[in-house]
Order: sequence, then C-alpha cells, then structure tokens
Amino acid sequence: MNFDLNTIWFILVGVLLTGYAILDGFDLGIGALHLFTRDDQERRVLLNSIGPVWDGNEVWLVTGGGALFAAFPNVYATVFSGFYLALMLLLASLIFRAVAIEFRSKQPMHWWRQMWDVGFSVGSVLSALLLGVALGNIAWGIPIDDHGEFAGTFLGLLKPYPVLVGITTVALFMMHGAIYGTMKTEGALHDKLRRWAMNCIIFFVICAVTLTMATLLFVPHMSARVRENPWLFSIALLNMLSIANIPREFHHARDSRAFLSSCAAIITLMALFAVDIFPNLVYSLPNPENSLTIYNAASSSKTLGIMLVIACIGVPVVIAYTVCIYWIFRGKVKLDRMSY
Amino acid sequence: MDVLTLSRIQFGATVAFHYIYPPLSIGLGVLLVCMEGLWLKTRKPVYHQMARFWTKVFALTFAIGVATGIVMEFEFGTNWATYSRFVGDVFGSALAAEGIFAFFLESGFLAVLLFGWDRVSRKVHFFSTCMVCLGAHFSAIWIVVANSWMQTPVGYQIVTHNGVARAEVTNFWEVVFNPSMVERLFHTVCGAWQAGAFLVVSVSAWYLLKQRHLDFARASLRVGLSVALTASLLQLVSGHTSAQGVAKNQPEKLAAFEGLYTTSSNAPLTLIGWVDEKNEKVNGLQLPGMLSFLAFNNTRATVTGLDAYAPEDRPPVQASFLFFHGMVGVGFTMIAIAALGFLYFRHGSLHERRWLLWILVFSVLGPQIANQLGWFAAEVGRQPWIVYHLMRTPAGLSAVVKANVVLSSLILFTFIYFLLFAVFIYLLNDKIQHGPDEQDLTPSGKLALPDELLHHKKT
Repeated sequence: MNFDLNTIWFILVGVLLTGYAILDGFDLGIGALHLFTRDDQERRVLLNSIGPVWDGNEVWLVTGGGALFAAFPNVYATVFSGFYLALMLLLASLIFRAVAIEFRSKQPMHWWRQMWDVGFSVGSVLSALLLGVALGNIAWGIPIDDHGEFAGTFLGLLKPYPVLVGITTVALFMMHGAIYGTMKTEGALHDKLRRWAMNCIIFFVICAVTLTMATLLFVPHMSARVRENPWLFSIALLNMLSIANIPREFHHARDSRAFLSSCAAIITLMALFAVDIFPNLVYSLPNPENSLTIYNAASSSKTLGIMLVIACIGVPVVIAYTVCIYWIFRGKVKLDRMSY
Repeated sequence: MDVLTLSRIQFGATVAFHYIYPPLSIGLGVLLVCMEGLWLKTRKPVYHQMARFWTKVFALTFAIGVATGIVMEFEFGTNWATYSRFVGDVFGSALAAEGIFAFFLESGFLAVLLFGWDRVSRKVHFFSTCMVCLGAHFSAIWIVVANSWMQTPVGYQIVTHNGVARAEVTNFWEVVFNPSMVERLFHTVCGAWQAGAFLVVSVSAWYLLKQRHLDFARASLRVGLSVALTASLLQLVSGHTSAQGVAKNQPEKLAAFEGLYTTSSNAPLTLIGWVDEKNEKVNGLQLPGMLSFLAFNNTRATVTGLDAYAPEDRPPVQASFLFFHGMVGVGFTMIAIAALGFLYFRHGSLHERRWLLWILVFSVLGPQIANQLGWFAAEVGRQPWIVYHLMRTPAGLSAVVKANVVLSSLILFTFIYFLLFAVFIYLLNDKIQHGPDEQDLTPSGKLALPDELLHHKKT
C-alpha cells in the first residue's frame, strides 16, 4: 500500500463517515429510544440532550456526501442512482426527524407532541436501518455492469445479510445513544438510561456476533485482508474490549468514559470495514472486475490535491470549534424557556 | 410523463421549496447581527428583546432549510448521475467546500446563538451570531460558484477515460471566479437580504396596525426598513451588472429574456408584454434602443437575437421572458415600497398611514416571488444545456432510474413539502401572534451583567 492521494481520500471519506456515525449515531440512538418513556418531561430532556448539536452532527453526512462527490464521483453517481428508492426513504426519514425535533415542543397539545414524537423516533430508526442496509450492500457486493452502472433492483438490496447489517447498526446506535443519554441526564431518567444501555449492549452483542459469523461464512472477501495480515485482527480485538469496557465503566459510575468506549467501538468497526474493502469502494458481485476502486472511480489527482488543501485548512478549524461548542454545552440538561 | 420531465419537475420543485428558507436565514442573519450589535452598543433592552424574538424565527427557517437542503445534494447523484460523473471533478469540490467552510460554521455556532443566551458572555454570543451569519453567506458563495460554473464553465479540460469524457479542473481559481460568479453572487445575496428584511418589516407593520408591542415594532421597523431599502437599491445595481454579464456570456439567454428574435442594433426593451412565439415577436410596450443601451451602454450596440442560434439550441422563450420580466417588475416595486416606508418612518407618520402599513405587511411576499422568478429565469434561460454549451440536459440523466420510480419519489416529496410548509406557516403565525417576550426586556444569566461587572466578579 502506498500513500497516494487516492488512498488519502479513501481515508478522509472514511474519517468523515466515521465522524458522522459517532456523532449522529447518538442522535439517532436517542431518537430510537425516545418512545420508550411516556413522560413528556423525560422526552423533552432526551430531545434537549441532543438539541444544540444534532444539526451540526448531520452536517458530517452532508460533507461526507460532498467529499464522496468530489473525490469519487463515479461511486457517488453509481450508488446514489442505484439505491434510488432506498435513498429517497432515507431522506424522507432524515427530514421527518429533523423537523420533528424543531416542531415538537412548540405546541402543548398531546396529539401534536405524540405525532412529532412518533415522527422523530420512526425517522431515527429508519435512518439508522437504511444507512446500515446500504453499508451492508457495499460489503456484500452489488451487481455492476461494465459501464460502471448499477445492474440490480430495489428488492435485490434487501438480502438477509445487508438487513442484518442494518439491524446491527440500529442496535449500535441505540447503545451509543443510551450511553450518551446517561452523561446528559440525572435522577430517575439517568438510572433508566443506564438500564436501557445495558439492554442495548446485549442486543448489540447478539447482533454483532451473528453478523461476524455470517460474514465469515458467507462473505469471504470481507475477511480476506485480515486473514492475510493477522496483526489486523487486533482491530477486532480492540472492538470487543471497548464493548466489554462499557459495563465496567458504568459499574464505576464513569459515564463519560463509557461513552468514549462506545466511540472506540464505532471507530474500530468502521476501521475493520475499511481495511477489508480497500482498495475497492463498491465491490461488484458477480463480476468483481467491475468493482469501483479508489482509482477507477476517482477524480483527477489535481482535484484530489486541491481538495486535500481545502480539507487541511477546513477540518482542523471545524474540529476546534466543534470541541468548543460541545464544551459550552457540557453537563446535565437543564430545561429552560429556550429549550425544545 | 417520461423520466426526463419527471426528474426536472422533481429537481425544480425541490430547489424551489428549499429556496424559500436559505434567503431568510441569510437575510435574518444580517438583521440579527445588526440587532445584537445595536444592543451591545446602546444597551437598550428593546434590542435584546428583538434579537431574542427574531432568533426564534431564524431557528424555524433554519431547521427546514437544512432538512430540505440535504435532498438536493443527494438528487445530483440519484437523478442526474451521468451529469455527476461528467462534472464531479469540478462541481463536487464546490459542494464539499460548502460543507466544510459553511455548514459546519453555521450549524455549530447556531447552537450558541439559540441555546447559549444564559451560558456565554455577551461578546461570545455576539461573535456566534456573526459566525452564523458568515456561515450562511459562505454557503451562498460556494453554491453560486457551483451554479455559475454551470452557466459559464471555464478552468477545465475535457478528458476521456475508457471512452467516457468528463470535465477536469485545470485552474481552481478560474473555476471559482468564473465569468458570471461575482455579479450573480452579489445579486443572490442582495435578494436574500431583501427576503429577511421584508419579513421583519412585515411583522412589525402588522404589530403597528394592531397596536401591539409598539416599542418593539418601531425599533424592528427602523432596522428592517434600513436594510430593506439598502438591499433593494443595491439590487438595482447588481441586477444591472448581472444582465450585462448575461448579454456578454450567454447571449441567447438575454435574447430569450427580452424575446429578441432578430439580431439588431438599437434593440428595444420591453417594459410590459408577452411573446408571440408563433410569429416570433413581442407584443407590448417597448422602448427602442434601451436594450442595446442597458446591455452595452450604447443605443447603437448590436444585441444578438435568437436567430443566431439553431432552434434546438434556443431556451424556451415565453417562459424565460415572463419569469425575467416578473422578477424585474417585482424588484422595482420593492424599491418603491421600501423607499415610501422609509421616508414616512423617518417623517414619523408611518403609523397614521394604514394603507402603507398594509402594503408593508404583504411586502414579505415580494422578495420571495422575485427570488423564485429570478432563479427560474436563470435556470430555464440556460436550457437546453445542463452545463452551458457542454452538456445537454437530457444527457445528464441517470442511466438506471425509471420513470415510475421518479414519480413515486416526486409524490412522496410533494406530500412532505406541503406538510412542512403548512406546519411552518402555522408555527410562524403562532410566534407572531404570541409576539416578543416581555421577560426579554430584562436580560438573564451572564447576559444580565455588563461585562465590567462580570470581570469584577471573577477577580
């Protein structure tokens, strides 16, 4: 592996999407858990735990999409036109959950709040599920013709393996969201969230183990690189250790460390995925020679170079003020009249 | 309907609906900076109350703007995949830059703007307001860069890989500062300022009519009318330079705007009228020589007519003509309304003139209509090209997407957008009826204390 511009952009797009999974992951997870409490006050606390940050988190997806468009336009074109209906559903879900956050607490009527609560929760679960299914399809492989166009159908995207990846993503985000929630809440709701977090961990571990077995049995190309380079197995090991560390941190009442562990779990999962698909971006099944790689799908090296300069200027600044903003809004949620 | 028509309707509808909101964010952003700045400078509580109230309206428009904006970015890939392959090398960079430089800035500091009132000092809060406003303008810059490149592509070369041609960047700064970018940006941003300013003017005028929140309404009108008048006058300048740019860079577009079929010197300007496409002439009131003069500063200058282009290379004339003239008409009306309002406000007799107040209440629709018409004119006038003189619109479609699929997503999004719009109007009306909070006349939290006291307390 040589570190050319294409490889760097493979990593950068990966970093953006991992950033999205970590940040919007807990938003979507909070959304998935939202209906589990019936108490209006508790729902408001949950909403406001993500209130100041959710739209910034969603920008990671927008920027990830933009980076994919700029760096690998053929992937952007093939995947987005191929996954047409799935993406439209994803967009509809993202819209509903976004406006539901904004609209929900603007009116006191019970039916009004219940309607947007359902919109928020269903939108969040569907978003996580669809993102997971899309990722699952990329891992399994999709039919691509020799013009680089998608040659499958919408129903063909709903094979058991991608759906399993989708469910695992929902489980992962629910776990991540519940742990995030414990950092932002206190009292009865805090204890409730801890219980949920433990249940979500069990749910996630069941999914993850099933997924790992399915991958080893049915998707041999997704473990080929680790098989050739055994030291990469340490990523999988780190992943399991991060998960195992979460109950331990809870036991010591260290919620924020539990959250960091959960972030580490997401990072290692994404890293495993990236290591196994590299240098493909979209694996073609049944004709692997039609796969879209970081070379045949990329922009010119001139553009990749310009974009790298933009990223080197922009990303550190973004990270700096994102950290500042999370710092300003640290601590437990207190409802006031500006809250959702 | 075929997949081309459906995809065009879907993209048009998505963009048109989306574009109700970003101009409000950009325009209100400027007004929020003015209001909060005035508060820091004068320490008058009414400015604090204004900043608080208009921030809530800003939040509402921003949320819908974000939610509907993601759709567009994805639609380039879903519906226009071949276009995306062709221009990704050039166009994608602008979109990615918009994400990195604009959206992060805007959404990040929005958190402080909305929820930080009691958490940060006045100066940090004001800084955040400025950053949100700046982010909104950065977003306008990059998206206008991308769109202007489609109008006047430069700084690229066509390279063929495996038999497929695509545009690749040769000079990044040429792409950014393409020939139409600066004047179109100026024009777009002025339109956005008008949208924000007239919203403030409209709501304040309504309070005056209803004798509610009078101090608040007067102070809001002062800021609103000043920005509205400034932006409307600047719009005259930017509109003129944009049209001169079109005359130079896209002659057939200008010819369609004016329904000019025959290339002529001393070309006439139509004040009001319509195009008779069958007989290739314009019916209406015309000023001879004015088009030549406006386009090239000389009544004898030759203006290229549609006859210089083959019929298949001409834009739809009637539609371009009506969109363009509609925009210009509304634009001049907005100048008149802003000037009248401003003069009577300065004179101190605005509240007595109910007819004018009612006009001001409805003036909020003006910039919205003009912004929509202007973009329709710009995009319809670019047809039949998706990238001017490089790629025709039908050639940009996704190869694998079928008409029935586009129809279903079109129905889905039409339904969602109607619902969102209804809820938006309902909530906006609710906020306006509720009015500014009396509580906000006494700033709370860290904001309550002047900075000197705050520092004193720390030491």
